Amino acid sequence: MSLDRRQFIAIGGAAVAGMTLAPGLRLMELAEARSPEESVTTLQRWGLLIDTTKCATGCTSCVDACHTENGVQSHNRPATDPQWIRKVTLKDKQTGYVQNLPLMCQHCEHPPCVDVCPTGASFKRADGIVLVDRHICIGCRYCMMACPYKARSFVHEDTTGQKPHAPRGKGCVESCTLCVHKIDKGENTTACAEACRKEGHNAIIFGDLKDPKSEISKRLAAQASQQLRPDLKLNNGVRYQGL
Amino acid sequence: MAHVTYTKMEGQSFGFWALLGLFGAIVAVGLAAALYMEHNGHWVTGMNNQIVWGTPHVFAVFLIVAASGALNVASIASVFGRQLYKPLSRMSGLLAISLLAGGLIVLVLDLGRPDRLIVAMTHYNFKSIFAWNIILYNGFFAIVALYLWMMFERRFNDYTKPAGMAAFLWRLTLTTGTGSIFGFLVARDAYDSALLAPMFIILSFAYGLAIFLLVLMAATRGTGRELGEVTVNRLKNLLGVFVASALYFAVVYHLTNLYITGKHDVERFILLDGGVYTKAFWIGQVFAGGVLPLVILFSGLGRSRAMIALASVLIVLGGLAQMYVTIIGGQAFPLALFPDKIVTSSFSDGVVGTYSPSLPEVLLGISGLGIALAMTTFALKILPFLPQTLADAAVDPHSKTS
Amino acid sequence: MNKLLRSMAFVAALTTGGSLAVSAVAADGYEKDPVAGVRHVPRPIHHEPQGEKCVAPTSEMRRNHMEKILHQRDQTMHQGIRTAQYSLKNCVDCHADPKTGSVLGKEGFCESCHRYAAVQIDCFSCHSAQRDAKAETAPARALTAAPRNHGTDSAKGNKP
Repeated sequence: MSLDRRQFIAIGGAAVAGMTLAPGLRLMELAEARSPEESVTTLQRWGLLIDTTKCATGCTSCVDACHTENGVQSHNRPATDPQWIRKVTLKDKQTGYVQNLPLMCQHCEHPPCVDVCPTGASFKRADGIVLVDRHICIGCRYCMMACPYKARSFVHEDTTGQKPHAPRGKGCVESCTLCVHKIDKGENTTACAEACRKEGHNAIIFGDLKDPKSEISKRLAAQASQQLRPDLKLNNGVRYQGL
Repeated sequence: MAHVTYTKMEGQSFGFWALLGLFGAIVAVGLAAALYMEHNGHWVTGMNNQIVWGTPHVFAVFLIVAASGALNVASIASVFGRQLYKPLSRMSGLLAISLLAGGLIVLVLDLGRPDRLIVAMTHYNFKSIFAWNIILYNGFFAIVALYLWMMFERRFNDYTKPAGMAAFLWRLTLTTGTGSIFGFLVARDAYDSALLAPMFIILSFAYGLAIFLLVLMAATRGTGRELGEVTVNRLKNLLGVFVASALYFAVVYHLTNLYITGKHDVERFILLDGGVYTKAFWIGQVFAGGVLPLVILFSGLGRSRAMIALASVLIVLGGLAQMYVTIIGGQAFPLALFPDKIVTSSFSDGVVGTYSPSLPEVLLGISGLGIALAMTTFALKILPFLPQTLADAAVDPHSKTS
Repeated sequence: MNKLLRSMAFVAALTTGGSLAVSAVAADGYEKDPVAGVRHVPRPIHHEPQGEKCVAPTSEMRRNHMEKILHQRDQTMHQGIRTAQYSLKNCVDCHADPKTGSVLGKEGFCESCHRYAAVQIDCFSCHSAQRDAKAETAPARALTAAPRNHGTDSAKGNKP
């Protein structure tokens, strides 16, 4: 059949558009956890929702659970001991109102730590988790300078007793991994969220921010939430309510 | 102008070997400190999770900035055609290479995983200014080596100008990159400024020329070569101009921050109640590194070589103080995560970070200077970097003093 | 003549010093073989690993395990692919010494060979060298209920 130029361009354009869109469409919805031989995709974005009104004063269950889960040990040197998550107490300067919240890596969509890492060891996974590839981390600590939340820690001494699912060693930088080892197994929770739930506070919720049916998305849609340092426009994966 | 003869330093005297021995000892001690830090982990240093870059970085950044500025003298000769500076060009190139080597070695030895240097040189995240700096530093070595080659080899002397231009542009990019390491950081109130890149360029002029003057005076004195008034005067005045420009940039930086309400807290910290950082700023950076050298260089005191040397030493010390305030003071000031709230936590949120330099860090930092000086001393012996004479008659036959 | 003697003395000193240093280092690794009474580097000792077979044939693993580790770690880190073949944890679980539970140590699977070949291993400064105590053996860990023969038998249609 013979095509005139306009028909050819129209068909060609449609074909190119189709080829561009096709890889993004999937025939089956991602209803369950992906199987371990599949790559992570951008179809999911993991995040946390922290309700500061439910966070209890003096409770450190999330911190203890995280550090137990990941084998983070204290050497009684608070200045150099790593902290993947910490409890922060806020007291308003004018009114004296006191709040508590846990603070960890915010898993930004535009992480400054990823931008500045010279080797690319600090990276963001397709599903939104910001990690340190300790195989290529040279320990320059530039990401620690760049993080607006001081989320990262440097391992200042020889480490022993690492958990098999959480390798960590001297000379590299580390931070909250959003319990990526649990997520990849399909457990879909983090140690901190689990511990807070067990304590009965339920201040931390883990979920898929891109799934409108997940609890976290429903809560975020129903109530106002804030990011820390929203002025930086980093689009954090960790959101706070009640600040 | 008359043909310039360059000769090697004899390097047989007791003084030469003693100097090399001294620098070698400083380097050896620094390397031992680095081994100690690497073996035990950084907990033996003063650096911690709040102040991640410490004294080694103060020295390293200072040396890297000075290295770029040390090439200034050669650039003025090759790029801007000032004949007076031509005999100094070779020394200028040598110092640029040796200072950069010293700074980089300190930086690499302080890494958490210095065994992964190869990884750093083969894996690049091109969005990172740090990665660009690694490329720029390596390229600087190559370009300055090429530039020196053009100067040394008679038949290539015609290419000194394009090589000099390339080196000049490369080093402006390099110093812009070094300043941007801090300027690109949005997280910290003391950084996050486009002013830091040009400020570092001006600082490089000042630091580099101060070190160049000191090494020139020492080398000519030590080898019994004449260093005429014309050369010294020209360099002295140039140094004064650079120091004044550096002060100007500091004024603009702080004035701007003082105008912005959001930056008042960090300015109060640096200028008023930051303890050691405030002292380092006013006494070190402003007075010793700025005002006092200006007075010396532009007054009658500037006629004395000893006073010029003193001014140069003060500029170096003031530069180290400025790096201390910028790098360490900038990190010590707490992150402003929750405005209008008093913040407390187990991770030093809301409080000024504590840092005290530890001995291994200081030794490592000083060894950077040792490496630079050792390399320079040794190079002066094996290749003809120094002109036979810098007397007024040889350098500028039309000057009043010749 | 003087100059020649001086340079010869220098070379001799350098050679003697160098040989002494090398022998001192080498002597440390040598042991007396109780059987032959001769000193040699201790041969690697392997204990039977658990499981039926490795994720790849022994000859291939011996030659190429480092390539696998170096390549597959990127896929695990960046793409989250954690099947048994890509998992260092899986290697450790199978190959850990039944007594000590570790792949390090004089008779550890990894260390004894690496000591013999004088190749430094960096993995275990971060990775745990212990078998995972939570009784999660390789087959149980895979979400797909695949039987023990990974990778090599995919043709049999073991994937769900």
